[in-house]
Amino acid sequence: MSDPIVKISGLNKWYGEFHVLRDIDLDVTKGERIVICGPSGSGKSTLIRCINALEEFQEGEIVVDGIELGPNLKHVDAVRREVGMVFQSFNLFPHLTVLDNCTLAPIWVRNIPKKDAEATAMKFLERVKIPHQANKFPGQMSGGQQQRVAIARALTMNPKVMLFDEPTSALDPEMVKEVLDTMVDLAEEGMTMLVVTHEMGFAKEVANRVVFMDAGQIIEANTPNEFFAAPQHARTKLFLSQILR
Amino acid sequence: MTDIMASSYVRQDLVAERPAPVKTTGFVGFVRTRLLNSPTNILLTILGLLLIWYIVVPSFKFLLVDAVWSGKDRTACLAENVGHPVGACWPFIQAKSTQLIYGFYPEAERWRVTLTFALGAVLLLPLLIPRLPAKSVNAGLFFFAFPAVAFFLLHGGGITGFGVSWVAGLLQLFADSISGAGAVVVGLSKTSAAGPLLWAIGSVIALIGTLLHWVIFPLTWLRDQMQAAGQGPWLDFLITAVVVSVILFVLGGGARAGLRPLITSLATFAGIAAVIKLMGLDHGGLPIVDTRLWGGLLVTLVIAITGIVASLPIGVALALGRRSTIPLIRIFSITYIEFWRGVPLITVLFFATYMLPLFLPGNFTVDGLVRALIGVSLFTGAYQAENLRGGLAAVPRGQGEAASALGLSWWKTTSLIVLPQALRHVIPAIVNSFISLFKDTSLVSIVALFDLLGSLRASFADPVWTTPSTAFTGFAFVGIIYFIFCFGISRYSLFVEHRLNAHRRN
Ligand SMILES: Nc1ncnc2c1ncn2[C@@H]1O[C@H](COP(=O)(O)OP(=O)(O)O)[C@@H](O)[C@H]1O
Ligand SMILES: [Mg+2]
Repeated sequence: MSDPIVKISGLNKWYGEFHVLRDIDLDVTKGERIVICGPSGSGKSTLIRCINALEEFQEGEIVVDGIELGPNLKHVDAVRREVGMVFQSFNLFPHLTVLDNCTLAPIWVRNIPKKDAEATAMKFLERVKIPHQANKFPGQMSGGQQQRVAIARALTMNPKVMLFDEPTSALDPEMVKEVLDTMVDLAEEGMTMLVVTHEMGFAKEVANRVVFMDAGQIIEANTPNEFFAAPQHARTKLFLSQILR
Repeated sequence: MTDIMASSYVRQDLVAERPAPVKTTGFVGFVRTRLLNSPTNILLTILGLLLIWYIVVPSFKFLLVDAVWSGKDRTACLAENVGHPVGACWPFIQAKSTQLIYGFYPEAERWRVTLTFALGAVLLLPLLIPRLPAKSVNAGLFFFAFPAVAFFLLHGGGITGFGVSWVAGLLQLFADSISGAGAVVVGLSKTSAAGPLLWAIGSVIALIGTLLHWVIFPLTWLRDQMQAAGQGPWLDFLITAVVVSVILFVLGGGARAGLRPLITSLATFAGIAAVIKLMGLDHGGLPIVDTRLWGGLLVTLVIAITGIVASLPIGVALALGRRSTIPLIRIFSITYIEFWRGVPLITVLFFATYMLPLFLPGNFTVDGLVRALIGVSLFTGAYQAENLRGGLAAVPRGQGEAASALGLSWWKTTSLIVLPQALRHVIPAIVNSFISLFKDTSLVSIVALFDLLGSLRASFADPVWTTPSTAFTGFAFVGIIYFIFCFGISRYSLFVEHRLNAHRRN
């Protein structure tokens, strides 16, 4: 197996006295798709937010594509340039058009000329199937469309890893599919993905590995087939029985 | 009853459109539905009519119907000569118009004020119209070139040095004040119980001052050589242009990023050179007009525009500082804001004018108008900071996180994502402060500056125009002027608000 593109070792994090992440070890190889699930408050968001340094941590080490991110958060900028993130609440910039949302970072972080940035942005907007909405403002679009723009926006930076934090949880049911379809496409193109989601159908179809977290620790990790067919830990069984009714 | 209650129902005939039984459109409809539709509204309508009758009609009568329109002195505006009760005495305004606009600015030099007004208008108007192109050049000219040109136009005088001399002067002032502070502490040590300690500290401070003098010596030496040569500011200008251009070129990414920054910089310096030549700044410039002679609308506009333009960046810095995670910056911002909000503007102006000179070193004077400008800007800046804080708080945390996740630095996140949204939220509050600042400029008459209102009051003293209606006329006129400016600002801000909030409309 090749070197992991994301390597998390001995990660511990506290909010004040509250030990939110405990001894997390997780290696992600290039092109791997990992689904992280677990009860609410188990630390899933915190974990993936540590990977692009939106959260600081007290112990352990995260290495992204050879760039080391220790507790002192050196190399933050370098890591963030390698990692794209999609949020539950989209977080598109409401005062910018869809196109400007997608060109902002290439222009201001990578110093790409405006023309080229727009061409690239249009390419990604086509990939998420909304090129004709490029001049709308986010507020004028449906939730599903906004989330697809958010995915396109992250992709314009050519990330090596994509993080998704419950990308479909804020969506009306009829829009979940369009976003999941976009993510499936992305997976088929070989993107390395860490996805926090409760969409077990997506996990079964796309994931190489399912990671179950509870109380700030990784309880169980397995291939989707094994994970769903034969969960080992009592908490996993309980969780699956609640979610797969 | 139709059989709609039954479990299945299909409509057979569609209902045709009919006019409303009671008229709800047109004038009659408007009166019926909006003015007289309830007892409360009937009462309010009557009150409104009374208000018009007692306020609008007499104002109209005073300003236009009963007004006197021409005359040479007070006799034209006396009831016994006119034959009916006299309203506004407009010839008084006509006679005093130059004083109201220019104050005591020498008559021969007034074209300079007019030219400044015209220049300002020519640069400002295209800036305010979004459709017109070249906004960044326009903004650069208005916010940076115009103030400098306006200063040399209005105040006069020339320059003997340029960047090198100015930097040298500033650094020397800095080094001097450190040496001075050291000397003061050493002086204290003679009388204090902690004498030796103070002496040591004072000596160290003085030593740092001396060291600084040595560090900046090449710069001051260069300046003195250039001054001694007496060749005017051109050599200094050339050195500054070269140094600044090279720095910009290197910071802009060197040859890799292209020649754009270099060309922009050189073009800017060429423009500055043209202005210096055109205004003869290298040969002493225009005759100096002391700011004590300035007055009227000129002073009002200078203070208002400087205050408006300077207070916003101050407010932004303080508002960001107040949210900073660095305790020292946060504490400084909070202290600053609370202090300036806690004292009335009059106190600030008094302090700046009469107390500040007592604290400054003897040979260091600041012009009276400049002191007022600084006071007004710092004061309004504190208010703008609080306005902006509300806007910053209204920007969701996820916005900054999304920007960071894309790799944008704190500065870029703040200036491209957070601030633009925060400003959009608080345009009404910010403009409110602008308008209030515009009117508060009238307070400077307390510290012996003659703004529009001050000049008006001064003109009342003229016995040639003392009539019963002089004061009313004057205040009405000045009131109208203030209103035109404030109303203009207000309407324009509505336009901007509407435009910038396009994204909130679906
Ligand atoms: N800023 C914070 N301060 C203190 N506690 C927090 C903070 N953010 C999250 N937490 C706590 O950390 C735990 C994990 O949160 P999170 O990672 O968001 O869970 P998940 O995404 O799995 O639902 C929760 O118990 C939450 O209450
Ligand atoms: Mg979460």
